[in-house]
Amino acid sequence: MVPPSGVWVAGTSEKMQIGIPNEIYEGECRVATTPEVAQHLQKLGFTVAVESGAGDSASFPDQSYREAGVEVIDDRDALWSSSDIIFKVRAPEEEEIGLLAPGKILASFIWPAQNEGLMKKLAATGGTVLAMDSVPRISRAQKLDALSSMANIAGYRAVVEAAQHFGRFFTGQITAAGKVPPAKVLVIGAGVAGLAAIGAARSMGAIVRAFDTRPEVKEQVESMDAEFLMLDFEDDEDGAGEGGYAKVMSEAFIKAEMDLFREQAKEVDIIITTALIPGKPAPKLILADMVELMKEGSVIVDLATEQGGNCELSEPGKVVVKHGVSLIGYTDLPSRLAAQSSQLYGTNLRHLLTDLSPEKNGTVDVNMEDEVIRGATVIKDGEITWPPPAPKLSAAPKPKPEAEESPVVPREPVAAKRSVMGFLIPLLLAGGALVGVGSFAPASFMEHFTVFVLACFVGYMVIWNVTPALHTPLMSVTNAISSIIIIGAIVQFEHADVGPAIMWLAAVAILITAVNIVGGFAVTHRMLEMFRKD
Amino acid sequence: MEPQLANAAYLGSIILFILALGGLSNQETARRGNFYGMLGMAIALAAAIAGVTGNYALLVGMLVVGGAVGFVLARRVQMTQMPELVAILHSLVGMAAVLVGFATFLGGDGESAHGAHGNLSAAEKAAEKLIHDIEIYVGILIGAVTFSGSVIAFGKLSGKIGGKPLTLPARHWLNLGLLVLAVIFGVMFVEQAKAQGGGLMPLLVMTAIALVFGIHMVMAIGGADMPVVVSMLNSYSGWAAAATGFMLGNSLLIVVGALVGSSGAILSYIMCQAMNRKFLSVIAGGFGSGGGGAPKGGEGEQGEVVSVNEEETAGLLEAAKEVMIIPGYGMAVAQAQHTVNEIVKSLKAKGVKVRFGIHPVAGRMPGHMNVLLAEAKVPYDIVFEMEEINEDFPDVDVSVVIGANDIVNPSALEEPDSPIAGMPVLECWKGSTTIVLKRSMATGYAGVENPLFFKENTRMLFGDARESLEGVLKSLDS
Repeated sequence: MVPPSGVWVAGTSEKMQIGIPNEIYEGECRVATTPEVAQHLQKLGFTVAVESGAGDSASFPDQSYREAGVEVIDDRDALWSSSDIIFKVRAPEEEEIGLLAPGKILASFIWPAQNEGLMKKLAATGGTVLAMDSVPRISRAQKLDALSSMANIAGYRAVVEAAQHFGRFFTGQITAAGKVPPAKVLVIGAGVAGLAAIGAARSMGAIVRAFDTRPEVKEQVESMDAEFLMLDFEDDEDGAGEGGYAKVMSEAFIKAEMDLFREQAKEVDIIITTALIPGKPAPKLILADMVELMKEGSVIVDLATEQGGNCELSEPGKVVVKHGVSLIGYTDLPSRLAAQSSQLYGTNLRHLLTDLSPEKNGTVDVNMEDEVIRGATVIKDGEITWPPPAPKLSAAPKPKPEAEESPVVPREPVAAKRSVMGFLIPLLLAGGALVGVGSFAPASFMEHFTVFVLACFVGYMVIWNVTPALHTPLMSVTNAISSIIIIGAIVQFEHADVGPAIMWLAAVAILITAVNIVGGFAVTHRMLEMFRKD
Repeated sequence: MEPQLANAAYLGSIILFILALGGLSNQETARRGNFYGMLGMAIALAAAIAGVTGNYALLVGMLVVGGAVGFVLARRVQMTQMPELVAILHSLVGMAAVLVGFATFLGGDGESAHGAHGNLSAAEKAAEKLIHDIEIYVGILIGAVTFSGSVIAFGKLSGKIGGKPLTLPARHWLNLGLLVLAVIFGVMFVEQAKAQGGGLMPLLVMTAIALVFGIHMVMAIGGADMPVVVSMLNSYSGWAAAATGFMLGNSLLIVVGALVGSSGAILSYIMCQAMNRKFLSVIAGGFGSGGGGAPKGGEGEQGEVVSVNEEETAGLLEAAKEVMIIPGYGMAVAQAQHTVNEIVKSLKAKGVKVRFGIHPVAGRMPGHMNVLLAEAKVPYDIVFEMEEINEDFPDVDVSVVIGANDIVNPSALEEPDSPIAGMPVLECWKGSTTIVLKRSMATGYAGVENPLFFKENTRMLFGDARESLEGVLKSLDS
């Protein structure tokens, strides 16, 4: 699999050129590299060229690129042919595919799973294609995860669009002219986009609620000051929950979910849906009757219209008003924040290039041994390499949650099993021992033994109540009182006829236990004095 | 004094001792508890001394001298040295048990100890005598093990003896052999003691064996297991007192010994739980050096360590809303607790919420960190146990780990074959940022690589904890 790295370096001992063409997709405002990113690319040893006007709609005029040391080329074809690496945002259009050639690398969004035809045509050119959407989702690759960057922007922009179509303030106010209640926003799906929407809506002052089928995101939602909606559903299904968790879920869960949304639809002013299931059409969560339930003037932003929509009534790419509710179905939310998206996307590309060019010498090595690069490379020298083999590391994030639970979960059943036996056996042993002791020991010993066992129990009960913060004082005070042994030494003096040997043994014992008693109590007192509240 | 009166006094002090332990259930009642303990001890002493018929000068002299020594010790001790102090005090209890045991043995007629039993048959008398001899033997045995074990623990804790476990070849067999020897000599002792005054030889030999056993047992245990050892010796000192009580037929000693013994046993249990280790395997020793579970180094993607300086740390802390401080033994070693408190005050004044998260085995004895923080005047209501705050880490903006390693090691949860797998740890990596103060990249006592240091949201502040923190404090105040 590993190509001799010479393939790429041979004949191009010169610095490689990165070309940024104009995005020709209708309405696309983003550009793959900003002047700032271009400066970083040059530091990696590359030269950068940009097609004239490429950055205009993202507010980066040609002049700003020139100032960053970027060559501006007027002609698209000339840019493609002189560049070794092409950075793009959207997947190439029909007329662009032909410009790719053997030895050239294209990096952009591709969506290989959805665009089989495009993949075949691209492969036919003999070039190499890196898909930014296929970067494996492992922690090392987070900095080049363009999907997250774009989702973040989409979530923010969704709130801005909602505000545009919503006739009231987000924040509540008490003004001289009267009281304004805060807007209530419901965010469905707390992924990257959902969390960004929560953050934006919160900082505009709205009351934000969020829902997600994954209960583990509850903490993240709550950390952003939003309310996490729970389904009151466990109560009914409690007993059956353990074994067939998922199965029981799916039936009753959806019903409970719909009830919740119906309930919320009456209350909230704005709904933002971001629910996607990888590789499947988006789940229909907001049905027509829920839209009807909403107040006049409410807004729904559906971020999933491209995948079929979370709302039954929303239409991709448009704003429609139905039952008095504005349904926003834009599919180009990141492009509507072009300068920001270009900046983040460009940075993602720069990190990709950093990985591709470990030497920082202006040449790249498509190292198929590297998990991140392997995952992103969908076509290598005209050969389709998608989907990648299950990478070693992309499997890692998956078992992780299991591994985290595994020390806890399996232990419980074992403990439960053991507890029956573990309870009986010592009980039997102890009973046997007691019978043994009782039948042989003299009466006086039994008395003492009774006291001893009872005292052990009292000790057990009392000590478990001690707060862990006071374990050190506990040790020092028990140490002091265990010096009660001094009584044993003192009673030696009771014998009228003590010999000198016994007397001195007892005297030394008294001396050292006295050290212990006073020392133990005094140091405990000193420690306890230090424990103060504010 | 009438024996009934003495017994009534003993009963009173038993109740006071139980109240003393009960008082420790929270900080508010703890001081009163300690007072009950002192009162109980005073009553018991008074009752015992009232029964003494002579040698008052010697008795009082010993009490005063011993008490004075103890008082000075308690005043002078540094809070970081508490584990050493506790260990050496344990050794005194063990020593006293041995001395009282020998005195009782030399005193001869054990019958008097077991109260009045005028008309017992010869067989019953023989049984009494047998039991009494066994009690003496066991009492001295436990006392001697406690004594020598505590002395070694003291040496290890104070650094006079290296912290590394001593792993002799076939050490388990050695222990077993010593145990068997102790039993053999026990049988010999009981046989010889049938004759008046006999059996001193086996008793002395056994004492020597017990001393060796105690030394060997603690020598084999590594530094990280010290909390278990200290609580175990605490327990032993109780059992030694209880055994002495049996020997003398004194209920007060039995009850107090049992209380202390079970207290130490519970503490040992809690410590073992906190390390997810079996009590027996701790006692068997050999851990704490990394010798057992080979440390797994440099496997997988380790990533890079990102280090920060004092100013950056101060900046991170100032920008945070929620700060969690996780102290470990390193804080005690560097004596950094006072600087920590200054930083806490400074941050609080800036409106930052600061809390402490304490792992049960942080430090060298149970509750050690709490005492150190209390000494530095950190209010105890911002100091929390691991179980109380582990859920809160996702909301924490900055966690500061001071001189701790294994107790914040994510591989305990994530790597099933790690030597510390299953040990509950403080999950600081779930917060936004973790700052780790450390001298170097060395591993902790368990000898396990810590992936926390390589996490993306972890920053390392290298250097002596106190100097680093003083730098942080300076930047905070400027």
